Amino acid sequence: MQEKDLPGVLESARAIDGLAGAVVLSTCNRVEFYAASLCPVRAFEGLKALFRERAGTDVPLYMHDSPRSVRHLFRVASGLDSMVLGETEILGQVKLAYSLASECGATSRHLNKLFQHAFRVAKHVRTETQITRGATSVGSVAVELAGKIFGNLADCRVMILGAGETSERTARSLVSRGVRAVIVSNRTFERAAQLAGEIGGMAIHFDNWQNTFPDVDILICSTSAPHFVLTPDKLEPMMRARGGRPLFVIDLAVPRDADPAINEIEGVFLYDIDSLETIVSKAIDVRRGELERCERMIASHVGTFVGWLRTHHQMRP
Amino acid sequence: MELWLPIASALSFLAGIAVTAWGIWMGRPRPGRLNFAAMLAGFLFLTGWLILRGEAEGSCPINSLYDVLIFQSWSLVLIYLLVGTSYRLSLLGAFTAPLALGLLAAAWIAPIPRDAVPRNVVNPWIEAHAALSLLAYGSFGLACIAGAMYLVQERQLKSHRFSPLSHSLPPITHLATANKRLLLLGLVLLSISFAAGILSQTHVNNLKFWGSAAIWIAYALLIGIHRFRPLPSGRVAAASVVVFVVTLLTLPAIQHLSTKP
Repeated sequence: MQEKDLPGVLESARAIDGLAGAVVLSTCNRVEFYAASLCPVRAFEGLKALFRERAGTDVPLYMHDSPRSVRHLFRVASGLDSMVLGETEILGQVKLAYSLASECGATSRHLNKLFQHAFRVAKHVRTETQITRGATSVGSVAVELAGKIFGNLADCRVMILGAGETSERTARSLVSRGVRAVIVSNRTFERAAQLAGEIGGMAIHFDNWQNTFPDVDILICSTSAPHFVLTPDKLEPMMRARGGRPLFVIDLAVPRDADPAINEIEGVFLYDIDSLETIVSKAIDVRRGELERCERMIASHVGTFVGWLRTHHQMRP
Repeated sequence: MELWLPIASALSFLAGIAVTAWGIWMGRPRPGRLNFAAMLAGFLFLTGWLILRGEAEGSCPINSLYDVLIFQSWSLVLIYLLVGTSYRLSLLGAFTAPLALGLLAAAWIAPIPRDAVPRNVVNPWIEAHAALSLLAYGSFGLACIAGAMYLVQERQLKSHRFSPLSHSLPPITHLATANKRLLLLGLVLLSISFAAGILSQTHVNNLKFWGSAAIWIAYALLIGIHRFRPLPSGRVAAASVVVFVVTLLTLPAIQHLSTKP
C-alpha cells in the first residue's frame, strides 16, 4: 500500500459501519490498520470487505483486540516488532501514519490518546534501556566507529581499494552519514569508474592509490590480492606525512589486505570483517538482553492505557 | 560558615560522580544536565568559600597549601565550565569531578595548617602571579583529563573492546583538539603569570624558580615540538597526563618554597 493510496483507504474506512477512527501504518514489510470501534467484529468484517474490494481477492488478515492491540502498537513503535530489533526508523513511520490519518480527519479521541501514548512509550523504552544501543550491520558499525574517531564525517575522505559488494555497501553507509569525498581504486578501472559514478566519487588507477593516500581518512579495502596490500613498512612513512591525523582502515577482504601489525602503528585503527561482525553480534546480543526489560515497561504502559480506556467509554482500539 | 562551604562543594562533586556511576550501571553513561548542575553547585560553594577566605586573609586566598589545594580545585572546575563548554554535557565533567574532589580531600586529609594566614603587605603583581599560575594549572589539569579520555578511547578503539563508557566519550579527534587547546591556554596563562612574577620584583627561592621554570619548559617544549613537527595525538595526550601528574606532585614543594626566602 503506497502513501498516495492511504487518504482513499482512510476515506473508505470511515464509511464502515461501527468504525469510529482509523490509522494505516504501511511500511516495506507491514500493513497495519489501527481502528477504534464499539463492535470490533463488525468493523473487522467491514475492513475485510474493503481490502477484498481494493485487492480484488481475499487478503489474509489477523486481528488484535485491546489490550493486545495496544501492546502490539507499543511494541511496534518501540522497534520490538521490527526485523532489526530496536531499529528506530519505525517510530518515524508510525508518526507519519498517525499524522496522515489526523490530517484526513480519520482519527478519534481514543486513537489520538493511544498514539500519543505509543510515542511516549517508544521514547521511554529508548531512553531507559539499551534496545537501540550499538550498530547492527557491518555498514553501520563502520559509520559508528568512524564517528568515534572523527566525529563529523563531512570532512572525511574515503578511499575504496577494490570495488567489492561489501565495500560498496559500507561506502554507501558512510556517504549517507555525510562523507563527501570518495575515491575508488580498482584493478579494473572501468569497475572503479562505474562505482565512483554511482556514489558520486572519483575513480583513480590502482597503480596511483598510494599517491592519493596521505589525504585519506578512511580506507576500505577489499582487493582479491593473495598477499597483504597494507604492511607496516608501507604505512609508517605514509603516516608520518599525515601530520598526526588518524587513519581508519576497514579490511573487508578475504584473504586479508591489511597486515594485523598495522594496528600497532600510532593513529591507525584497523578493523577486519571478523571484528566488525563480532561487534554486530555483540550489539544484537545487548539488544536481545534488553528485550525483557522493554516488555516489562510496555506491559506497565499497556496497563495504564487500558485503565484509562475503561474509565472512558467502552470503545476499543 | 567557612567550613560547610567546601563540604557542600565536595558533596556536590560526589553527587556528580554518583550520577555518572549510576548512569554507567544502568547502561546510560551520558551524565547530562544533572552532572553539570552538580559541578556548577560545587563551583559556587567553592567561590563562596574563596570570597570569605579572601576577606579573612586580606588577599587572594592562596597563602597556604590548604588554600592552594582548594583554589586549584576551584580553578579546575572554572576552566571546565568556561572552556569545556562544548564537552560539558559529555563525560568531561564526569572525569573532572573526581579530580576536583580529590584535591578537596587532599586539603582536608593532609596534615597541614588550615587557619587563615592574613597578609600585612599585598603586592598585586604577586597576587596576579599566584592566581594566574593556579588557573594555568587548572587548564593543564583539564588538558590532562582530556588526554586521559583520549587514551581510554584510543585503547578501546585499538583493542576492539568497548565499555559502556565508550558510547559517551567524544570522538578522539575532538579530544585531541581539546587537549592541545587546553595545553596552549595553560601555557599562555602560565607565561603571563611568570611575567607578573618578574614585574613584582620579589626575590624568589632558587629551587622554586627552577621548579616552576621546569614546568613551563616542559609544556612549552611539548607545544613547540608539536607545532613544528606534529606528534601523534596519543603521544601529546600521554605527555599531558604525565607532566600534569608530576606538576601536581611538586605543587606542595613549590608552595612550601614560596614561603621561604
